Amino acid sequence: MKKLLLLGDEAIGQGVLDAGLSGAYGYPGTPSTEIIEYIQRNPDAKERDVHRTWSANEKTAMETALGMSYAGKRTIITMKHVGLNVAADAYMNSALTGANGGIIVAVADDPSMHSSQNEQDSRYFSKFALLPAFEPSDQQEAYDMCFNAYEISEKYHLPVMMRLTTRLAHSRAGIIRKDILKENEMHLPENKDQFMLLPAFARKKYQHLLSIQDELTKESENSPFNIYQDGEDKSLGIIVCGLAYNYLMENYKDLESDYPILKISQYPLPRKQIEKITSECDKIMVLEEGMPLVEEMLKGYLGNGIKVIGRLDGTLPRAGELNPQIVRKALGLPELPSEEIPEVVTGRPPALCMGCPHIDTYKVLNAVTKQYGNGHVFSDIGCYTLGYLPPYNAISTCVDMGASITMAIGAADAGFFPSIATIGDSTFGHSGITGLLDAVECKANIVVVIMDNDTTAMTGMQDSQVTGRIEQICMGVGVEKEHIRVINPLSKNHDENVKIFQEEIDHNGVSVIIPRRPCIHVYGKKKK
Amino acid sequence: MKKDIILAGVGGQGILSIATIIGYAAIESGLNLKQAEVHGMSQRGGDVQSHLRISDKPIHSDLIPHGGADIIISVEPMEALRYKPYLATGGWFITNSNPVINISNYPKMENVKNEMNNFKNKVILDADKIAKDMGTARSMNMVVLGAASNFLDIPYEKLEDGIKFIFGRKGEKVVEANLNAMKAGRKIAEQNK
Repeated sequence: MKKLLLLGDEAIGQGVLDAGLSGAYGYPGTPSTEIIEYIQRNPDAKERDVHRTWSANEKTAMETALGMSYAGKRTIITMKHVGLNVAADAYMNSALTGANGGIIVAVADDPSMHSSQNEQDSRYFSKFALLPAFEPSDQQEAYDMCFNAYEISEKYHLPVMMRLTTRLAHSRAGIIRKDILKENEMHLPENKDQFMLLPAFARKKYQHLLSIQDELTKESENSPFNIYQDGEDKSLGIIVCGLAYNYLMENYKDLESDYPILKISQYPLPRKQIEKITSECDKIMVLEEGMPLVEEMLKGYLGNGIKVIGRLDGTLPRAGELNPQIVRKALGLPELPSEEIPEVVTGRPPALCMGCPHIDTYKVLNAVTKQYGNGHVFSDIGCYTLGYLPPYNAISTCVDMGASITMAIGAADAGFFPSIATIGDSTFGHSGITGLLDAVECKANIVVVIMDNDTTAMTGMQDSQVTGRIEQICMGVGVEKEHIRVINPLSKNHDENVKIFQEEIDHNGVSVIIPRRPCIHVYGKKKK
Repeated sequence: MKKDIILAGVGGQGILSIATIIGYAAIESGLNLKQAEVHGMSQRGGDVQSHLRISDKPIHSDLIPHGGADIIISVEPMEALRYKPYLATGGWFITNSNPVINISNYPKMENVKNEMNNFKNKVILDADKIAKDMGTARSMNMVVLGAASNFLDIPYEKLEDGIKFIFGRKGEKVVEANLNAMKAGRKIAEQNK
């Protein structure tokens, strides 16, 4: 059979489609975006009319998917690791409601923070929620596991996490497809109180969740993805999770000793195999992409049990993603001969594109705020965060989706003036609207700049939920109509735009300024 | 057979097209392939790289280890130098010599050239000029691919098929321009041998 060349993300997209998907929900976020993008352009998904438009944020996505599961159909929710924080309320409670139609929660972590503000490890969330998780080591497993994940999800009536990391999400390899499964017929939960979490029900459901943990562990022990490869040299046993397995195997041929290896790609941990490797080997090395979850569990708080080496004792770096040379060093192998980066090479950080509308907005902001000194602009997550870098140096903060508006309110409450927020149109739709409602309610003296470029630019031009309705949303939330100002951020309008910004800074209350001009990439596409 | 290739450049210069064509040619030749890409924030004018691994045996890591690359293929000279630690002893260094200067502290070209001359096995060509002289300035990346084509152990016709595959929907003219650009790059590399 001919192989399909797919990114890890795309393998998940193809996997869920072939395993009977009826609806995909998510919010774009690197490195998870390509799962839904793949489903969106897939002809079979179109033919079957699989739901595949973006949601306003990860929480609405997760809840919508719960609704589809309630109706008996298979669904997937996709997000980046920090998106799971937004969806956490729904995710944690879904452990108690469980699933009717199969649910896959696909979360792509970004160790080393290539395009993120932290490197949290989503496996902690699955452990926290007491829910099963899969962690593929390659693209084929990512595809195959979609079938297993739906099976487990419907067998135990639980959502199942699919945890990816950047290097798998954004790496291509050939995939062999399986036979396609039919979508589920619509059917409501057999138990009519399944999705009812009144305390009396929730307590019972929590007991049930606790009671099936042993069965979930058995599933992991019998999983085709958790592989025990015995070895003769028991001086070291290697426990290796997900993608890290590839880095181990990359170096395996150079190892002089034949150590037992336990590859883990399905959680909760396979207890039987862990017992075997820890009882037979003198020392355990844990290789895991992300935070030292398994290592900590094995080592225990006092570290006086099994001898475990990994990220906590410095055998591997505590932070950042793994790679072949880090694992090579941890295994005690000599480095391959290689040379240093020549000194002439300088950094080339990402920058706002030539002709980007944000550039003109930041020039206006800088011209207006100069008189007040530094540090007056709170910002958010998107291309415009690059406005922190020279030559703009226009913003001071970037924390999480929507925090620009709410931080501006808090600073204004402290007496700070002027207090300005800059937020992109898509980020505003994701998590800015509720903050603006707070601002209106407390009559905060802030200026909110909603930089409307007609798209979700940073992640690659996905539709934005608020396109065409930003003014109505602001008015609906309660911002006065005369203090919602739309401007065109072009250099020829600079002086006029400076004047408008000054007027709104001088207005004591909530002002919204909407610099509106399409991202040059969107503009380019539409012109064609 | 095993070829580990680092592709390098600046966001927007078209290294992913090179990767896709080599990838297509490799799969069509019945080889295994893994190709790690950079998406997201760094694409905005920053440095970008792709790890492309081709082999007739199973490939484990998506990333090439330091000291493991058989070839560096770059569409920008300083970006080519950035990945020097990846190059294996005796590996090939193939790059466009024309810089993209979108930063204020870009090094002196003389220093960049000196560094490039330190490589023993190299093909350095002004791919921008070659493409421009042919009237197809946008095919610069295909000139670089052509220069590397002799070192890939993949039949040249398969690379041509790859160009037809990825540019086919843009029309005959675009396909022709890219095929010619690749041919021009290949010729220069052969002359330098």
